[in-house]
Amino acid sequence: MSDTPPPAPTQSRAGAKKELPEHFRAYKHVWVFVELERGAVHPVSWELLGAGRKLADKLGVELAGVVLGAPGDATRAALAEAFCYGADLAYLIEDPILADYRNEPYAKALTQLVNAHKPEILLLGATTLGRDLAGSVATSLLTGLTADCTELAVDADGSLAATRPTFGGSLLCTIYTLNYRPQMATVRPRVMLTPSRDEKREGRIVPFAVDLDEDKIITKIIKFIPDRESSKTNLAFADVVVAGGLGLQSAENFQLIRNLAAALGAEFGGSRPLTQKGWIGADRQIGQTGKTIRPKLYIAAGISGAVQHRVGVEGADCIVAINTDKNAPIFDFAHIGIVTDAIRLLPALTEAFCKRLSPHHRDRLAG
Amino acid sequence: MKILVCIKQVPDSAQIRVHPVTNTIMRQGVPTIINPYDLFSLEEALRLRDRFGGEVSVLTMGPPMAAESLRKALAIGADRAILLTDRFFAGSDTLATTYALAQAIRKVERDYGAQDIVFAGKQTIDGDTAQVGPGIAKRLDLLQLTYVAKIEACDPEKREIVVERRAEGGVQVLATRLPCLITMLEGANEVRRGAIDDSLRAARAEIVTWSAKDAEIEDISKCGLRGSPTIVKKVFAPTPRSERAAFVEPATSGGDSAEAVIGAIFARQPSLEEDMAKLARGF
Ligand SMILES: Cc1cc2nc3c(=O)[nH]c(=O)nc-3n(C[C@H](O)[C@H](O)[C@H](O)COP(=O)(O)OP(=O)(O)OC[C@H]3O[C@@H](n4cnc5c(N)ncnc54)[C@H](O)[C@@H]3O)c2cc1C
Ligand SMILES: Nc1ncnc2c1ncn2[C@@H]1O[C@H](COP(=O)(O)O)[C@@H](O)[C@H]1O
Repeated sequence: MSDTPPPAPTQSRAGAKKELPEHFRAYKHVWVFVELERGAVHPVSWELLGAGRKLADKLGVELAGVVLGAPGDATRAALAEAFCYGADLAYLIEDPILADYRNEPYAKALTQLVNAHKPEILLLGATTLGRDLAGSVATSLLTGLTADCTELAVDADGSLAATRPTFGGSLLCTIYTLNYRPQMATVRPRVMLTPSRDEKREGRIVPFAVDLDEDKIITKIIKFIPDRESSKTNLAFADVVVAGGLGLQSAENFQLIRNLAAALGAEFGGSRPLTQKGWIGADRQIGQTGKTIRPKLYIAAGISGAVQHRVGVEGADCIVAINTDKNAPIFDFAHIGIVTDAIRLLPALTEAFCKRLSPHHRDRLAG
Repeated sequence: MKILVCIKQVPDSAQIRVHPVTNTIMRQGVPTIINPYDLFSLEEALRLRDRFGGEVSVLTMGPPMAAESLRKALAIGADRAILLTDRFFAGSDTLATTYALAQAIRKVERDYGAQDIVFAGKQTIDGDTAQVGPGIAKRLDLLQLTYVAKIEACDPEKREIVVERRAEGGVQVLATRLPCLITMLEGANEVRRGAIDDSLRAARAEIVTWSAKDAEIEDISKCGLRGSPTIVKKVFAPTPRSERAAFVEPATSGGDSAEAVIGAIFARQPSLEEDMAKLARGF
C-alpha cells in the first residue's frame, strides 16, 4: 500500500494479532459482494465465491453472497446463481434506486448491511464498480482494505492473509488487517478460478431493508452509453490468446500476431510497452496493469516475461514462449519454449496451425 | 473556482530494482516522478481554472523531497503548493493517508477558502490501490466521481457538474453537485507542458509546508503506522516454478520448427486439438 513500512518493525505488530477487541468478536462469516450491473453479474463475483468458499470452509463459517439491485428477474437470477456457485445464504437489498450503480446509495446500503450482520471477511471484485464502492465502504467502517489481491488464505489463528503485488509488481506482500473488522479485500477479475456450478444448490435469502430516498440522492444518471460490441475485447475470457512484445520490433510486425490470432479464432494482446507505443489499444494489454487472462493456450512472442507480465498470464494452462534469448525470464514459467526469431516463426506457425486444424487434415487422420 | 489536486511523488517504478540477495528494494538513485495518473487530474483542474477563473492548489503528503514534485506541478501551472510532511505519517496505509489528507484539506479550506472540486489520481503506480480518492471523499462527505473520462459541463454558479464516467461495459453520464471529488481516467486529456513564466515562478515559489501540528491534525494515533489497520507482514519474491520450459529445438526451416512446436503443445494438452479445431472454424 502507500508508503509500505519496512518489514522489520511490522513483524512485532503482526505478533499482536490476537488482541481483537471484544466488539469485533461478533464478526463472523465470509461475504462476497455480487456485482450486478445493468441486469448482468460480473463473472468476478463467481470467482470470488469460489475463493470465499475455501476461506469459509477453513474457518468453519458460512459463505454469503451480497446482492443489491432493483426488484425483478435479474436480481432473483443473481441470487439463485450465487447459491449455484457456493453461497450458503444471500443478503438481498432490493430497491428501484439500486437499478444502476451509484456510489451514494450503494455505499450507504452496503455499510448498513455490514454494521447489522457483521461479516469477518468481505470480498469485492477490483472492477471500476468494486473499487469505487470498496474504498468508500472501508473508510466509513474505518477498517482495512487490501487492493488487487492475487491470493487469499486463512492463517493458523484465523486471520485473513491477503497477498498482492507490491513495488510495481516486482515483489509480493502479504497483508493483514489487525484488530479491525471486517477484513476487506478486492481481487481482480480472472485471478481466481471460476468454481464449478452446481445447478441443484440452494440457500437462504435474507432480505435487508435500507431506507433509500431518491430525493436525497444527489447524483443522477442522465444516461448510459453501452460500449459498442465491436470495441469490446474478450481477452480476459478467451480460450486461446496470442501476444507479442517489443521483440517484434515494429508495429508492422505486430500484424503477424493478429494473423495467427485470426487463423486460430483467438484473441490477441501484448506487453505494456506496446500499448505505450500505441501499437495496440490499452484494453489489449496483458499483465498487472492490464488484463489478467486464463486461456487454455497462451502464445507469447518476443516478450521477456517481466513479473508484471507474468502475474497476468500465470493462470494459463499452457504457455508457449518464443524468444531469441534463451535466458529470458519467460522461460522460467512457460511450459513450452523455443529459442528462435519470432518474426520468422510466426508466419510458419500460422500456416502449420491452419493445416493441422483444417477439417481436411483431420478427416485424413480419422480415415 | 477553487480546486485542489492531490498528487503523490512516486518512484519511477519501471526502474525499481530488487536486491538479488537480500530481496530488499534498492531505492537509492531511483528517480521520482509525479504519479502519472495525477497529471490527468491536474490538467483537468487547470482547464477548469482557465475557463472559470480561480486557483488550483496542489497537495501532497510525503517526505520533504516530495517538494520537488510540487514544484513540477507549479511549473505545469498550479497556483499554490502544499506539502504535508511529518514523521508521524510514516507507514500510513490508505485509511491513515485519507485521514491525514482530509484533515489537511480542511485546513486548506480554513486558510484559503472552500474548495469546489478536489481531484485525485485514478490510482498510484506504487500503491496502486485506487482507494485514496474514494477515502478522501468519504471523510469529507464529498460526492464522488471516479474514472471520469470527460467533464461535459460545469456550472460553478449553479453548483452543477456533468461527467462521463467509465463503468463496466459502458459509460455513465452523471450529473451531480459541487463540491465533489473527481478522479480522471488516463488519456482523458493531453497534459500541458507549462509556460516559461510558470517554470520561472515555480523555481522561486514558496512551498507551504505543514507538519501534523501546523495542519492542526490533533489525533496522531490515526496517522502513520499506528493509524493503519492493515500491516504488511511479509514481502517476498514470486516463487519460481520448479521446472523451466520444455525446449523445442528449432529446425532449419520455419515450417518444421512450427510443426515441432504444435506437436509439443498437443502432446502436452491433447484435448486442446479438438477445442482449437472448433475455435478455428468459428465455433
Ligand atoms: C508498475 C508497472 C506495471 C507494469 N505492468 C505491466 C503489464 O501489465 N504488462 C506488461 O506486459 N508489462 C508491464 N510492465 C512492464 C514490464 O516491467 C516490462 O517492462 C514489459 O513487460 C516488457 O515488455 P516486453 O517483454 O515486450 O519487452 P522487453 O522486456 O524489451 O523484451 C523483449 C523480448 O523480446 C526478445 N526478442 C527480441 N527480438 C526477438 C525476436 N526477433 N524474436 C523473438 N524474441 C525476440 C528479447 O530477447 C526480449 O526478451 C509494468 C511495469 C511497471 C513498472
Ligand atoms: N501521499 C499522498 N499525497 C497526496 N495524494 C495522494 C497520496 N497518496 C495517494 N494520493 C492520491 O490518491 C490517488 C490514489 O492513490 P492510491 O489509492 O494509492 O492508488 C493518487 O493518484 C493521489 O491523487
